[in-house]
Amino acid sequence: MAAISRDEVAHLARLSRLAVTDDELDMFAGQLDVILQAVARVSEVAAADIPPTSHSVPLTNVFRDDVVEPCLPQAEALAGAPDVADGRFRVPRILDEEA
Amino acid sequence: MSDPTRMTAADLGRAIGAGDLSAVDVTRAHLDRIAAVDERVHAFLHVDNEGALAAAARVDAARAAGEPLGPLAGVPVAVKDVVTTRGLPSTAGSKILEGWRPPYDATIVARMKDAGMVVLGKTNMDEFAMGSSTEYSAYGPTYNPWDLTRIPGGSGGGSSAAIAAYEAPLAIGTDTGGSIRQPGAVTGTVGAKPTYGGTSRYGLIAFSSSLDTPGPCARTVEDAALLHAVIAGHDPRDSTSIPAAVPDVVGAARLGATGDLSGVRLGLVREFAGEGAEPGVAAAVREGIEALVKLGAEVVEVSCPHFEYALPAYYLIAPSECSSNLARFDGVRYGLRVGDDGQRSLEEVMSITREAGFGPEVKRRIMIGTYALSSGYYDAYYGQAQKVRTLISRDFAAAFETVDVLVSPTTPFTAFQLGARTSDPYQMYLADLYTIPSNLYGGPAISVPVGLSDGLPVGLQVMAPTLADDRMYRVAAALETAVPRLVPPAL
Repeated sequence: MAAISRDEVAHLARLSRLAVTDDELDMFAGQLDVILQAVARVSEVAAADIPPTSHSVPLTNVFRDDVVEPCLPQAEALAGAPDVADGRFRVPRILDEEA
Repeated sequence: MSDPTRMTAADLGRAIGAGDLSAVDVTRAHLDRIAAVDERVHAFLHVDNEGALAAAARVDAARAAGEPLGPLAGVPVAVKDVVTTRGLPSTAGSKILEGWRPPYDATIVARMKDAGMVVLGKTNMDEFAMGSSTEYSAYGPTYNPWDLTRIPGGSGGGSSAAIAAYEAPLAIGTDTGGSIRQPGAVTGTVGAKPTYGGTSRYGLIAFSSSLDTPGPCARTVEDAALLHAVIAGHDPRDSTSIPAAVPDVVGAARLGATGDLSGVRLGLVREFAGEGAEPGVAAAVREGIEALVKLGAEVVEVSCPHFEYALPAYYLIAPSECSSNLARFDGVRYGLRVGDDGQRSLEEVMSITREAGFGPEVKRRIMIGTYALSSGYYDAYYGQAQKVRTLISRDFAAAFETVDVLVSPTTPFTAFQLGARTSDPYQMYLADLYTIPSNLYGGPAISVPVGLSDGLPVGLQVMAPTLADDRMYRVAAALETAVPRLVPPAL
């Protein structure tokens, strides 16, 4: 049985903000199925009482001294942007998304 | 004086410090070599001729002024394109960052510059460091200097190929699941993954933040240790940077080079024995271990029962973190923007931009990660993989109660033909079988050339406990004294 359907892959692509083509969906559906079936092997391990590890370094709440340091000047911060207006990042319209 | 491109970094540093060679001449020799061979190898995405010569001239001027120079002052280095370099293109092998010039240096780059090292340029890699062959670069593959029809490993194939082709004496790689060690193994060079948190991630374009570790690529173990010493150490800009002293890796490499391993206990992982190494790889590694025994080491079999689940756990954890990290590529603050016709919404433009800017392997991993993190599947996939990660770390801890280091092949197979594994992504993942456990655990691991299989290089991996990076350098340097040096055919 397949671990994931073509429709589910299309849903994942939407969640991932990837405007994939139909041809890509055909390819990815098969490939993701193979990968997910392989990685699902983690379920064979009896680990109910085992704490998860998110990170190998046992550090929490790392702070630095609250000292003001120089930051990027505005021109440099904007230099790599695809579109700039009035010293700001210009973005496509964000309202009427559903219109 | 011999050809600077054939010298070790240690010798180059000494010769520059003594005034026997000028840093400018050394840099020019490497730039000439790049001009002569890189059309065929394609190790570099960007070469900074002008900047490199200017940096070298500053070292020569400092020496003339009587300023003290560090051991690698004036020594050229190639930097993997996933590491930011101020003013120099940094694409991470992706179209989505084509043309981007970062406004800042990664901490490790700043440290190399402070040490007087000369950045030659940026090296090719699998897009966002996802891959084991460098074929997933958006800018075309790198070719293995041992056989130009074969892959140089990945994701850092460009860095290791540049070293093997004498285009640079040293290079920087990043290792998330083996991306320094596996390219080292298949190009006959040395590649070391330091302890996670031992080298700063500040300025690395993030793939999987709990695993990404920058480290050195070199032709000798001592050279790798010298570069390790320059880049390692606590960085307040990286909240996972370990506030501890850097182990004396250079001293350990020199101790190992005396060829005495009396009293050192090597662990062989029983569960690796039956798994997937090609016969030629297994034979070369076996001979390497016998050589270590002749130097006084003792071999002990250990059991790490959860290592067989490292690969599936990794291919849940790394894609999960990648799907989160790569959300930043939204076409707003930097990089590509496609489809902004004044009508489309932000979200539409974002989806079109990401579709155009990411290659297939990156898309696969983003979607796998999105799946593994989604509410209905989180516990069964990502949560379970994190628990397996705990068990793998416990396996390491138990093994290191009885042995000093673990040894294994670095990768199950030698350099394969270009195109051989791209149609089946999971076959590509198998290249990381032996390297991934150390990433999940966080401890250091190094690949050292150990011999040839059908004329292609084989690497032996030495894995050590967290913060015992010096131990792996000692064993690696000892091995180097006991096996013939691998020299690729002339290009």
